[in-house]
Amino acid sequence: MARKTRYGGLLTLIFTLISVAYVYPIALVAVNSFKRKAYISKQPFVLPFGKLYAGVENYIRGIERTGLIQAFGWSLMITVGSVAVILLCTSMLAWYIGRVNTWFTRTMYVMCLFAMIVPFQMVMFTLSKFSNMLRLYTPWGIILVYLGFGAGLSVFMFTGFVKSIPLEIEEAAMIDGCTPVQTFFRVVFPIMKPTCITVAILQAMWIWNDYLLPSLVLDTRKYKTIPIAVQYLKGGYGSVDMGAMMGVLVLSIIPIIIFYLICQKYIIEGVVAGAVKG
Amino acid sequence: MEKAIKRYFPIFVLPTLIAFIIGFIVPFIYGVYLSFCRFTTVTDARFIGLVNYTKIFSDHVFMHAMWFTALFTIVTVILINVLGFFAALLLTKKIRGRNIFRTVFFMPNLIGGIILGYVWMLLLNGVLAQFGRTLTYSSVYGFWGLVILLCWQQIGYMMIIYIAGIQNIPGELMEAAQIDGATSGQILKHVTLPMVMPSITICTFLTLTNGFKLFDQNLALTNGAPSRMSEMLALNIYNTFYGRSGYEGVGQAKAVVFFILVAVIAIVQNRLTRQKEIQQ
Repeated sequence: MARKTRYGGLLTLIFTLISVAYVYPIALVAVNSFKRKAYISKQPFVLPFGKLYAGVENYIRGIERTGLIQAFGWSLMITVGSVAVILLCTSMLAWYIGRVNTWFTRTMYVMCLFAMIVPFQMVMFTLSKFSNMLRLYTPWGIILVYLGFGAGLSVFMFTGFVKSIPLEIEEAAMIDGCTPVQTFFRVVFPIMKPTCITVAILQAMWIWNDYLLPSLVLDTRKYKTIPIAVQYLKGGYGSVDMGAMMGVLVLSIIPIIIFYLICQKYIIEGVVAGAVKG
Repeated sequence: MEKAIKRYFPIFVLPTLIAFIIGFIVPFIYGVYLSFCRFTTVTDARFIGLVNYTKIFSDHVFMHAMWFTALFTIVTVILINVLGFFAALLLTKKIRGRNIFRTVFFMPNLIGGIILGYVWMLLLNGVLAQFGRTLTYSSVYGFWGLVILLCWQQIGYMMIIYIAGIQNIPGELMEAAQIDGATSGQILKHVTLPMVMPSITICTFLTLTNGFKLFDQNLALTNGAPSRMSEMLALNIYNTFYGRSGYEGVGQAKAVVFFILVAVIAIVQNRLTRQKEIQQ
Protein backbone atom coordinates (compact mmCIF):
# COMPACT_ATOMS: atom_id res chain seq x y z
CA MET A 1 0.00 0.00 0.00
CA ALA A 2 1.72 3.10 -1.22
CA ARG A 3 -0.69 5.68 0.09
CA LYS A 4 0.52 7.82 2.92
CA THR A 5 -0.92 7.18 6.33
CA ARG A 6 -2.96 9.94 7.88
CA TYR A 7 -2.09 10.84 11.44
CA GLY A 8 1.27 9.06 11.01
CA GLY A 9 3.00 11.38 13.45
CA LEU A 10 0.28 11.01 16.05
CA LEU A 11 0.39 7.21 15.81
CA THR A 12 4.17 7.25 16.22
CA LEU A 13 3.75 9.32 19.36
CA ILE A 14 1.08 7.02 20.79
CA PHE A 15 3.09 3.88 20.05
CA THR A 16 6.19 5.44 21.54
CA LEU A 17 4.30 6.01 24.78
CA ILE A 18 2.95 2.44 24.75
CA SER A 19 6.44 1.09 24.08
CA VAL A 20 7.81 2.99 27.05
CA ALA A 21 5.01 1.55 29.19
CA TYR A 22 5.89 -1.89 27.81
CA VAL A 23 9.51 -1.70 28.87
CA TYR A 24 8.66 -0.05 32.19
CA PRO A 25 8.14 -3.21 34.33
CA ILE A 26 11.56 -4.51 33.37
CA ALA A 27 13.18 -1.12 33.81
CA LEU A 28 11.61 -0.90 37.25
CA VAL A 29 13.19 -4.20 38.25
CA ALA A 30 16.55 -3.01 36.91
CA VAL A 31 16.29 0.21 38.95
CA ASN A 32 15.31 -1.64 42.10
CA SER A 33 18.16 -4.10 41.73
CA PHE A 34 20.49 -1.30 42.89
CA LYS A 35 18.44 -0.54 45.98
CA ARG A 36 18.94 -1.83 49.51
CA LYS A 37 16.56 -4.74 50.01
CA ALA A 38 14.63 -3.12 52.86
CA TYR A 39 13.49 -0.29 50.57
CA ILE A 40 12.45 -2.32 47.52
CA SER A 41 8.96 -3.34 48.61
CA LYS A 42 8.32 -0.10 50.51
CA GLN A 43 9.51 2.39 47.89
CA PRO A 44 9.63 0.64 44.53
CA PHE A 45 9.14 3.86 42.54
CA VAL A 46 11.94 5.84 44.15
CA LEU A 47 15.28 6.04 42.38
CA PRO A 48 18.18 4.37 44.24
CA PHE A 49 20.14 7.39 45.44
CA GLY A 50 21.65 8.23 48.79
CA LYS A 51 20.97 5.74 51.54
CA LEU A 52 18.84 3.61 49.20
CA TYR A 53 21.75 2.83 46.89
CA ALA A 54 23.18 -0.64 47.38
CA GLY A 55 25.73 -0.94 44.57
CA VAL A 56 26.01 -4.44 43.18
CA GLU A 57 25.55 -6.24 46.49
CA ASN A 58 22.13 -7.55 45.44
CA TYR A 59 23.68 -9.15 42.40
CA ILE A 60 26.46 -10.76 44.40
CA ARG A 61 24.05 -12.09 47.02
CA GLY A 62 21.64 -13.29 44.34
CA ILE A 63 24.34 -15.19 42.49
CA GLU A 64 25.67 -16.73 45.69
CA ARG A 65 22.32 -17.81 47.06
CA THR A 66 20.98 -19.36 43.86
CA GLY A 67 24.12 -20.57 42.10
CA LEU A 68 22.95 -18.57 39.12
CA ILE A 69 26.18 -18.96 37.13
CA GLN A 70 25.95 -22.76 37.27
CA ALA A 71 22.21 -22.52 36.58
CA PHE A 72 22.97 -20.52 33.45
CA GLY A 73 25.42 -23.22 32.38
CA TRP A 74 22.91 -26.04 32.95
CA SER A 75 20.11 -24.10 31.21
CA LEU A 76 22.38 -23.53 28.24
CA MET A 77 23.54 -27.12 28.13
CA ILE A 78 20.04 -28.57 28.46
CA THR A 79 18.53 -26.20 25.90
CA VAL A 80 21.27 -26.56 23.29
CA GLY A 81 21.55 -30.31 23.84
CA SER A 82 17.80 -30.92 23.70
CA VAL A 83 17.26 -28.75 20.64
CA ALA A 84 20.15 -30.44 18.78
CA VAL A 85 18.89 -33.93 19.65
CA ILE A 86 15.29 -33.02 18.82
CA LEU A 87 16.29 -31.57 15.43
CA LEU A 88 18.37 -34.59 14.48
CA CYS A 89 16.12 -37.37 15.73
CA THR A 90 12.70 -35.97 14.82
CA SER A 91 13.75 -34.88 11.33
CA MET A 92 14.99 -38.42 10.66
CA LEU A 93 11.75 -39.89 11.97
CA ALA A 94 9.71 -37.39 9.96
CA TRP A 95 11.50 -38.34 6.75
CA TYR A 96 10.87 -42.01 7.48
CA ILE A 97 7.18 -41.28 8.15
CA GLY A 98 6.93 -39.24 4.95
CA ARG A 99 8.57 -41.86 2.75
CA VAL A 100 7.47 -45.19 4.20
CA ASN A 101 3.74 -45.75 4.22
CA THR A 102 2.80 -48.51 6.66
CA TRP A 103 0.34 -48.83 9.56
CA PHE A 104 3.25 -48.12 11.89
CA THR A 105 4.20 -44.78 10.36
CA ARG A 106 0.57 -43.70 10.14
CA THR A 107 0.00 -44.58 13.80
CA MET A 108 3.19 -42.82 14.81
CA TYR A 109 2.07 -39.65 13.02
CA VAL A 110 -1.34 -39.69 14.68
CA MET A 111 0.30 -40.26 18.06
CA CYS A 112 2.47 -37.19 17.50
CA LEU A 113 -0.57 -35.06 16.66
CA PHE A 114 -2.25 -36.40 19.78
CA ALA A 115 0.77 -35.61 21.95
CA MET A 116 0.54 -31.96 20.89
CA ILE A 117 -2.73 -31.34 22.71
CA VAL A 118 -1.96 -33.26 25.90
CA PRO A 119 -1.17 -30.83 28.73
CA PHE A 120 1.89 -31.56 30.82
CA GLN A 121 -0.16 -32.02 34.01
CA MET A 122 -1.58 -35.19 32.47
CA VAL A 123 1.79 -36.97 32.48
CA MET A 124 3.46 -34.86 35.18
CA PHE A 125 3.39 -37.37 38.02
CA THR A 126 4.05 -40.58 36.10
CA LEU A 127 6.75 -39.00 33.93
CA SER A 128 8.63 -37.67 36.94
CA LYS A 129 8.44 -41.04 38.72
CA PHE A 130 9.45 -43.06 35.67
CA SER A 131 12.32 -40.77 34.75
CA ASN A 132 13.48 -41.06 38.35
CA MET A 133 13.40 -44.86 38.15
CA LEU A 134 15.33 -44.74 34.87
CA ARG A 135 17.87 -42.36 36.45
CA LEU A 136 17.15 -39.59 33.94
CA TYR A 137 17.50 -36.91 36.62
CA THR A 138 20.75 -35.52 35.18
CA PRO A 139 20.98 -32.77 32.56
CA TRP A 140 21.94 -35.50 30.07
CA GLY A 141 18.98 -37.65 30.99
CA ILE A 142 16.49 -34.82 30.74
CA ILE A 143 17.47 -34.36 27.09
CA LEU A 144 15.87 -37.75 26.42
CA VAL A 145 12.73 -36.63 28.28
CA TYR A 146 12.54 -33.44 26.21
CA LEU A 147 12.99 -35.46 23.03
CA GLY A 148 10.09 -37.67 24.05
CA PHE A 149 7.70 -35.01 25.28
CA GLY A 150 8.63 -32.46 22.59
CA ALA A 151 8.61 -34.89 19.66
CA GLY A 152 4.98 -34.24 18.72
CA LEU A 153 5.26 -30.70 17.39
CA SER A 154 8.64 -31.27 15.72
CA VAL A 155 7.62 -34.46 13.93
CA PHE A 156 4.42 -32.77 12.79
CA MET A 157 6.27 -29.78 11.34
CA PHE A 158 9.04 -31.79 9.71
CA THR A 159 6.59 -34.29 8.19
CA GLY A 160 4.63 -31.43 6.66
CA PHE A 161 7.82 -30.22 5.03
CA VAL A 162 8.99 -33.67 3.88
CA LYS A 163 5.75 -34.11 1.92
CA SER A 164 6.62 -31.00 -0.11
CA ILE A 165 10.09 -32.23 -1.12
CA PRO A 166 10.02 -33.79 -4.61
CA LEU A 167 10.86 -37.51 -4.57
CA GLU A 168 13.05 -37.25 -7.68
CA ILE A 169 15.90 -35.57 -5.81
CA GLU A 170 16.17 -38.44 -3.36
CA GLU A 171 15.73 -41.08 -6.06
CA ALA A 172 18.57 -39.56 -8.03
CA ALA A 173 20.81 -39.69 -4.97
CA MET A 174 19.89 -43.32 -4.29
CA ILE A 175 20.47 -44.34 -7.92
CA ASP A 176 23.89 -42.71 -7.72
CA GLY A 177 24.66 -45.14 -4.92
CA CYS A 178 23.79 -43.28 -1.73
CA THR A 179 22.48 -45.30 1.19
CA PRO A 180 19.35 -43.89 2.84
CA VAL A 181 21.51 -42.47 5.64
CA GLN A 182 23.75 -40.69 3.15
CA THR A 183 20.73 -39.51 1.18
CA PHE A 184 19.21 -38.07 4.31
CA PHE A 185 22.28 -36.21 5.53
CA ARG A 186 23.59 -35.01 2.16
CA VAL A 187 20.35 -34.25 0.37
CA VAL A 188 17.27 -34.09 2.58
CA PHE A 189 18.63 -32.51 5.76
CA PRO A 190 20.15 -29.47 3.99
CA ILE A 191 16.82 -28.82 2.25
CA MET A 192 15.07 -28.87 5.62
CA LYS A 193 17.06 -25.93 6.95
CA PRO A 194 14.16 -23.42 7.15
CA THR A 195 12.00 -25.88 9.09
CA CYS A 196 14.99 -26.67 11.31
CA ILE A 197 15.25 -22.99 12.26
CA THR A 198 11.53 -22.80 13.04
CA VAL A 199 11.56 -25.95 15.15
CA ALA A 200 14.78 -24.91 16.90
CA ILE A 201 13.34 -21.51 17.88
CA LEU A 202 10.01 -22.83 19.12
CA GLN A 203 11.65 -25.61 21.13
CA ALA A 204 14.42 -23.37 22.50
CA MET A 205 11.88 -20.77 23.69
CA TRP A 206 9.95 -23.49 25.46
CA ILE A 207 12.86 -25.45 26.97
CA TRP A 208 14.87 -22.43 28.14
CA ASN A 209 11.89 -21.04 30.07
CA ASP A 210 10.39 -24.34 31.20
CA TYR A 211 10.06 -24.57 34.95
CA LEU A 212 7.78 -27.45 35.84
CA LEU A 213 9.30 -30.32 33.88
CA PRO A 214 12.92 -29.82 34.97
CA SER A 215 11.87 -29.05 38.55
CA LEU A 216 10.16 -32.44 38.73
CA VAL A 217 12.62 -34.49 36.68
CA LEU A 218 16.02 -33.05 37.60
CA ASP A 219 17.80 -33.67 40.87
CA THR A 220 17.43 -30.01 41.82
CA ARG A 221 19.91 -30.16 44.69
CA LYS A 222 22.66 -30.71 42.14
CA TYR A 223 21.28 -29.20 38.97
CA LYS A 224 19.22 -26.02 38.75
CA THR A 225 18.09 -24.30 35.58
CA ILE A 226 17.48 -20.54 35.60
CA PRO A 227 13.71 -20.68 36.28
CA ILE A 228 14.36 -23.18 39.10
CA ALA A 229 17.03 -20.90 40.57
CA VAL A 230 14.63 -17.93 40.50
CA GLN A 231 11.82 -19.89 42.11
CA TYR A 232 14.30 -21.29 44.66
CA LEU A 233 14.77 -17.77 46.04
CA LYS A 234 11.11 -17.70 46.99
CA GLY A 235 11.69 -20.82 49.06
CA GLY A 236 9.33 -22.02 51.79
CA TYR A 237 7.09 -19.60 53.63
CA GLY A 238 9.71 -17.13 54.81
CA SER A 239 9.94 -13.62 53.43
CA VAL A 240 11.59 -13.25 50.04
CA ASP A 241 14.95 -11.49 49.80
CA MET A 242 13.73 -8.88 47.33
CA GLY A 243 17.24 -7.53 46.73
CA ALA A 244 18.66 -10.86 45.64
CA MET A 245 15.46 -11.46 43.65
CA MET A 246 15.85 -8.22 41.67
CA GLY A 247 19.48 -9.00 40.90
CA VAL A 248 18.67 -12.52 39.74
CA LEU A 249 15.75 -11.31 37.60
CA VAL A 250 17.92 -8.75 35.82
CA LEU A 251 20.67 -11.27 35.24
CA SER A 252 18.23 -13.80 33.80
CA ILE A 253 16.58 -11.29 31.49
CA ILE A 254 19.78 -9.76 30.04
CA PRO A 255 20.95 -12.83 28.07
CA ILE A 256 17.47 -13.26 26.58
CA ILE A 257 17.35 -9.66 25.38
CA ILE A 258 20.84 -9.88 23.87
CA PHE A 259 19.94 -13.13 22.12
CA TYR A 260 16.68 -11.62 20.89
CA LEU A 261 18.33 -8.52 19.45
CA ILE A 262 20.91 -10.62 17.60
CA CYS A 263 18.54 -13.27 16.22
CA GLN A 264 15.38 -11.17 15.98
CA LYS A 265 14.81 -11.85 12.29
CA TYR A 266 14.98 -15.63 12.71
CA ILE A 267 12.88 -15.64 15.85
CA ILE A 268 10.03 -13.68 14.29
CA GLU A 269 10.15 -15.71 11.07
CA GLY A 270 10.23 -18.90 13.11
CA VAL A 271 7.21 -17.89 15.14
CA VAL A 272 5.22 -16.97 12.03
CA ALA A 273 6.17 -20.17 10.18
CA GLY A 274 5.39 -22.23 13.26
CA ALA A 275 2.00 -20.61 13.66
CA VAL A 276 1.02 -21.14 10.05
CA LYS A 277 1.73 -24.86 10.25
CA GLY A 278 0.52 -25.36 13.78
CA MET B 1 13.22 -46.76 -2.40
CA GLU B 2 10.70 -47.44 0.35
CA LYS B 3 12.23 -50.88 0.96
CA ALA B 4 15.74 -49.46 1.15
CA ILE B 5 14.67 -46.88 3.74
CA LYS B 6 12.74 -49.49 5.73
CA ARG B 7 15.92 -51.44 6.42
CA TYR B 8 17.26 -48.39 8.29
CA PHE B 9 14.37 -48.42 10.76
CA PRO B 10 16.71 -48.65 13.81
CA ILE B 11 18.61 -45.53 12.81
CA PHE B 12 15.74 -43.34 11.69
CA VAL B 13 12.95 -44.34 14.02
CA LEU B 14 14.27 -46.02 17.13
CA PRO B 15 15.84 -43.05 18.99
CA THR B 16 12.70 -40.90 18.85
CA LEU B 17 10.43 -43.89 19.35
CA ILE B 18 12.19 -44.94 22.57
CA ALA B 19 12.16 -41.39 23.91
CA PHE B 20 8.52 -40.98 22.88
CA ILE B 21 7.56 -44.17 24.70
CA ILE B 22 9.43 -43.14 27.85
CA GLY B 23 8.53 -39.46 27.73
CA PHE B 24 4.94 -39.67 26.56
CA ILE B 25 3.19 -42.96 25.77
CA VAL B 26 3.90 -44.90 28.97
CA PRO B 27 3.35 -41.90 31.31
CA PHE B 28 0.11 -41.09 29.51
CA ILE B 29 -1.37 -44.60 29.55
CA TYR B 30 -0.18 -45.28 33.07
CA GLY B 31 -1.52 -41.88 34.09
CA VAL B 32 -4.99 -42.78 32.84
CA TYR B 33 -4.79 -46.10 34.72
CA LEU B 34 -3.60 -44.43 37.94
CA SER B 35 -6.57 -42.07 37.92
CA PHE B 36 -8.65 -45.14 38.89
CA CYS B 37 -6.25 -46.11 41.68
CA ARG B 38 -5.19 -45.21 45.17
CA PHE B 39 -1.42 -44.75 45.29
CA THR B 40 1.45 -42.69 46.65
CA THR B 41 3.99 -43.67 44.00
CA VAL B 42 3.77 -45.59 40.72
CA THR B 43 4.54 -48.99 42.25
CA ASP B 44 1.89 -49.22 44.99
CA ALA B 45 -1.25 -48.60 42.93
CA ARG B 46 -4.48 -50.31 43.98
CA PHE B 47 -7.53 -50.20 41.72
CA ILE B 48 -10.47 -48.39 43.33
CA GLY B 49 -12.66 -47.52 40.36
CA LEU B 50 -14.26 -44.11 40.03
CA VAL B 51 -13.74 -42.95 43.62
CA ASN B 52 -11.14 -40.35 42.65
CA TYR B 53 -13.47 -38.85 40.07
CA THR B 54 -16.36 -38.54 42.47
CA LYS B 55 -14.07 -36.74 44.92
CA ILE B 56 -13.26 -34.11 42.30
CA PHE B 57 -16.77 -32.80 42.08
CA SER B 58 -17.12 -32.34 45.81
CA ASP B 59 -13.82 -30.43 45.85
CA HIS B 60 -14.90 -26.79 46.08
CA VAL B 61 -11.41 -25.45 45.57
CA PHE B 62 -11.14 -27.33 42.30
CA MET B 63 -14.53 -26.16 41.09
CA HIS B 64 -13.56 -22.61 42.00
CA ALA B 65 -10.29 -23.03 40.09
CA MET B 66 -12.30 -24.26 37.11
CA TRP B 67 -14.52 -21.17 37.02
CA PHE B 68 -11.58 -18.91 37.72
CA THR B 69 -9.67 -20.47 34.82
CA ALA B 70 -12.65 -20.37 32.46
CA LEU B 71 -13.34 -16.71 33.17
CA PHE B 72 -9.65 -15.89 32.96
CA THR B 73 -9.35 -17.66 29.61
CA ILE B 74 -12.36 -15.87 28.13
CA VAL B 75 -11.13 -12.44 29.23
CA THR B 76 -7.56 -12.98 28.02
CA VAL B 77 -8.56 -14.52 24.68
CA ILE B 78 -10.72 -11.50 23.87
CA LEU B 79 -8.30 -8.86 25.13
CA ILE B 80 -5.17 -10.36 23.60
CA ASN B 81 -6.73 -11.00 20.21
CA VAL B 82 -8.51 -7.67 19.88
CA LEU B 83 -5.50 -5.64 21.03
CA GLY B 84 -3.04 -7.78 19.08
CA PHE B 85 -5.11 -7.45 15.93
CA PHE B 86 -5.43 -3.67 16.15
CA ALA B 87 -1.75 -3.30 16.95
CA ALA B 88 -1.03 -5.36 13.82
CA LEU B 89 -3.45 -3.27 11.78
CA LEU B 90 -1.77 -0.03 12.80
CA LEU B 91 1.77 -1.36 12.60
CA THR B 92 1.35 -2.54 9.00
CA LYS B 93 0.74 1.08 7.99
CA LYS B 94 3.61 3.30 7.08
CA ILE B 95 4.49 4.63 10.49
CA ARG B 96 7.86 5.94 11.51
CA GLY B 97 9.55 3.52 13.91
CA ARG B 98 7.14 0.63 13.42
CA ASN B 99 9.91 -1.96 13.42
CA ILE B 100 11.10 -0.76 16.81
CA PHE B 101 7.54 -0.96 18.16
CA ARG B 102 7.15 -4.51 16.86
CA THR B 103 10.45 -5.50 18.46
CA VAL B 104 9.43 -4.05 21.81
CA PHE B 105 5.95 -5.63 21.83
CA PHE B 106 7.27 -9.07 20.99
CA MET B 107 10.06 -9.10 23.56
CA PRO B 108 8.18 -10.20 26.75
CA ASN B 109 7.37 -13.47 25.03
CA LEU B 110 10.88 -14.75 25.23
CA ILE B 111 11.09 -14.29 28.97
CA GLY B 112 9.88 -17.20 31.08
CA GLY B 113 6.66 -17.15 33.09
CA ILE B 114 8.40 -17.50 36.46
CA ILE B 115 10.59 -14.47 35.81
CA LEU B 116 7.70 -12.40 34.44
CA GLY B 117 5.61 -13.29 37.47
CA TYR B 118 8.16 -11.78 39.85
CA VAL B 119 8.74 -8.76 37.59
CA TRP B 120 5.04 -7.94 37.73
CA MET B 121 4.76 -8.75 41.40
CA LEU B 122 7.09 -5.84 42.12
CA LEU B 123 5.18 -3.40 39.93
CA LEU B 124 1.64 -4.42 40.85
CA ASN B 125 2.37 -4.64 44.57
CA GLY B 126 4.04 -1.24 44.33
CA VAL B 127 0.96 0.28 42.72
CA LEU B 128 -1.49 -1.45 45.07
CA ALA B 129 0.56 -0.37 48.08
CA GLN B 130 -0.53 3.21 47.35
CA PHE B 131 -4.03 2.06 48.26
CA GLY B 132 -2.92 -0.07 51.19
CA ARG B 133 -3.50 -3.34 49.34
CA THR B 134 -1.37 -6.18 47.97
CA LEU B 135 -1.89 -8.67 45.15
CA THR B 136 -2.81 -11.35 47.65
CA TYR B 137 -5.42 -9.17 49.39
CA SER B 138 -8.22 -10.70 47.35
CA SER B 139 -8.49 -13.00 44.34
CA VAL B 140 -9.86 -10.11 42.29
CA TYR B 141 -6.44 -8.43 42.36
CA GLY B 142 -4.79 -11.75 41.52
CA PHE B 143 -7.17 -12.27 38.64
CA TRP B 144 -6.61 -8.88 37.02
CA GLY B 145 -2.91 -9.02 37.80
CA LEU B 146 -2.67 -12.26 35.85
CA VAL B 147 -4.78 -10.82 33.04
CA ILE B 148 -2.49 -7.79 32.72
CA LEU B 149 0.59 -10.00 32.87
CA LEU B 150 -0.62 -12.43 30.21
CA CYS B 151 -1.82 -9.64 27.91
CA TRP B 152 1.52 -7.89 28.21
CA GLN B 153 3.30 -11.14 27.44
CA GLN B 154 1.24 -12.40 24.52
CA ILE B 155 -0.12 -9.40 22.63
CA GLY B 156 3.18 -9.09 20.79
CA TYR B 157 3.21 -12.74 19.78
CA MET B 158 -0.30 -12.62 18.35
CA MET B 159 0.46 -9.25 16.73
CA ILE B 160 3.33 -10.85 14.81
CA ILE B 161 1.03 -13.60 13.52
CA TYR B 162 -1.66 -11.07 12.57
CA ILE B 163 0.90 -8.90 10.81
CA ALA B 164 1.92 -11.88 8.67
CA GLY B 165 -1.74 -12.53 7.91
CA ILE B 166 -2.43 -8.92 6.93
CA GLN B 167 0.66 -8.74 4.74
CA ASN B 168 -0.53 -11.83 2.87
CA ILE B 169 -3.67 -10.07 1.66
CA PRO B 170 -3.19 -9.33 -2.06
CA GLY B 171 -2.84 -5.58 -2.67
CA GLU B 172 -5.33 -5.71 -5.56
CA LEU B 173 -8.13 -6.60 -3.16
CA MET B 174 -7.52 -3.48 -1.09
CA GLU B 175 -7.20 -1.31 -4.18
CA ALA B 176 -10.37 -2.71 -5.73
CA ALA B 177 -12.29 -2.01 -2.54
CA GLN B 178 -10.92 1.52 -2.39
CA ILE B 179 -11.79 2.22 -6.01
CA ASP B 180 -15.31 0.96 -5.36
CA GLY B 181 -15.53 3.62 -2.67
CA ALA B 182 -15.43 1.42 0.43
CA THR B 183 -14.71 3.26 3.65
CA SER B 184 -11.87 2.02 5.86
CA GLY B 185 -14.46 0.51 8.22
CA GLN B 186 -16.02 -1.44 5.35
CA ILE B 187 -12.62 -2.60 4.13
CA LEU B 188 -11.82 -3.85 7.61
CA LYS B 189 -15.10 -5.73 7.89
CA HIS B 190 -15.43 -7.16 4.38
CA VAL B 191 -11.84 -7.56 3.20
CA THR B 192 -9.30 -7.62 6.02
CA LEU B 193 -11.20 -9.67 8.60
CA PRO B 194 -12.29 -12.48 6.26
CA MET B 195 -8.82 -12.64 4.74
CA VAL B 196 -7.01 -12.99 8.08
CA MET B 197 -9.42 -15.66 9.34
CA PRO B 198 -6.66 -18.33 9.29
CA SER B 199 -4.57 -16.14 11.61
CA ILE B 200 -7.57 -15.66 13.88
CA THR B 201 -8.01 -19.44 14.06
CA ILE B 202 -4.39 -19.90 15.12
CA CYS B 203 -4.30 -17.01 17.55
CA THR B 204 -7.53 -17.94 19.31
CA PHE B 205 -6.26 -21.50 19.56
CA LEU B 206 -2.94 -20.40 21.05
CA THR B 207 -4.48 -17.91 23.49
CA LEU B 208 -7.18 -20.39 24.55
CA THR B 209 -4.74 -23.18 25.35
CA ASN B 210 -2.16 -20.81 26.88
CA GLY B 211 -4.77 -19.26 29.15
CA PHE B 212 -6.22 -22.58 30.16
CA LYS B 213 -2.87 -24.21 30.86
CA LEU B 214 -1.30 -21.21 32.61
CA PHE B 215 0.97 -22.35 35.42
CA ASP B 216 4.31 -20.55 35.84
CA GLN B 217 2.85 -17.04 36.01
CA ASN B 218 0.20 -18.18 38.48
CA LEU B 219 2.83 -19.83 40.67
CA ALA B 220 5.12 -16.82 40.69
CA LEU B 221 2.61 -13.97 40.89
CA THR B 222 0.15 -15.14 43.54
CA ASN B 223 0.79 -18.86 44.18
CA GLY B 224 -2.96 -19.15 44.66
CA ALA B 225 -3.14 -16.66 47.53
CA PRO B 226 -5.32 -15.71 49.34
CA SER B 227 -6.22 -19.20 50.58
CA ARG B 228 -6.14 -20.82 47.10
CA MET B 229 -8.71 -18.37 45.72
CA SER B 230 -6.52 -17.25 42.80
CA GLU B 231 -5.44 -20.78 42.00
CA MET B 232 -5.93 -21.88 38.39
CA LEU B 233 -6.50 -25.46 37.21
CA ALA B 234 -2.89 -26.37 36.45
CA LEU B 235 -1.68 -25.08 39.82
CA ASN B 236 -4.58 -26.77 41.59
CA ILE B 237 -3.58 -30.12 40.06
CA TYR B 238 0.03 -29.55 41.03
CA ASN B 239 -0.93 -28.74 44.62
CA THR B 240 -3.20 -31.78 44.81
CA PHE B 241 -0.29 -34.03 43.82
CA TYR B 242 2.42 -32.48 45.89
CA GLY B 243 0.52 -30.50 48.51
CA ARG B 244 -0.68 -33.30 50.76
CA SER B 245 -0.04 -37.00 50.60
CA GLY B 246 -2.88 -39.44 49.98
CA TYR B 247 -4.43 -37.29 47.25
CA GLU B 248 -2.22 -38.40 44.36
CA GLY B 249 -5.10 -40.38 42.85
CA VAL B 250 -7.42 -37.38 42.98
CA GLY B 251 -4.68 -35.28 41.40
CA GLN B 252 -4.32 -37.75 38.56
CA ALA B 253 -8.09 -37.86 38.04
CA LYS B 254 -8.12 -34.04 37.92
CA ALA B 255 -5.32 -34.22 35.35
CA VAL B 256 -7.42 -36.53 33.16
CA VAL B 257 -10.40 -34.16 33.43
CA PHE B 258 -8.07 -31.26 32.62
CA PHE B 259 -6.74 -33.09 29.55
CA ILE B 260 -10.26 -33.84 28.31
CA LEU B 261 -11.26 -30.19 28.77
CA VAL B 262 -8.22 -28.95 26.85
CA ALA B 263 -8.81 -31.48 24.07
CA VAL B 264 -12.52 -30.62 23.74
CA ILE B 265 -11.82 -26.88 23.71
CA ALA B 266 -9.09 -27.31 21.10
CA ILE B 267 -11.28 -29.44 18.82
CA VAL B 268 -14.44 -27.31 19.13
CA GLN B 269 -12.53 -24.08 18.63
CA ASN B 270 -10.84 -25.48 15.55
CA ARG B 271 -14.16 -26.58 14.01
CA LEU B 272 -15.86 -23.27 14.72
CA THR B 273 -13.29 -20.90 13.30
CA ARG B 274 -12.26 -23.12 10.39
CA GLN B 275 -15.85 -22.95 9.14
CA LYS B 276 -15.50 -19.20 8.83
CA GLU B 277 -12.34 -19.39 6.75
CA ILE B 278 -12.91 -18.68 3.10
CA GLN B 279 -11.69 -21.00 0.39
CA GLN B 280 -8.98 -19.47 -1.71
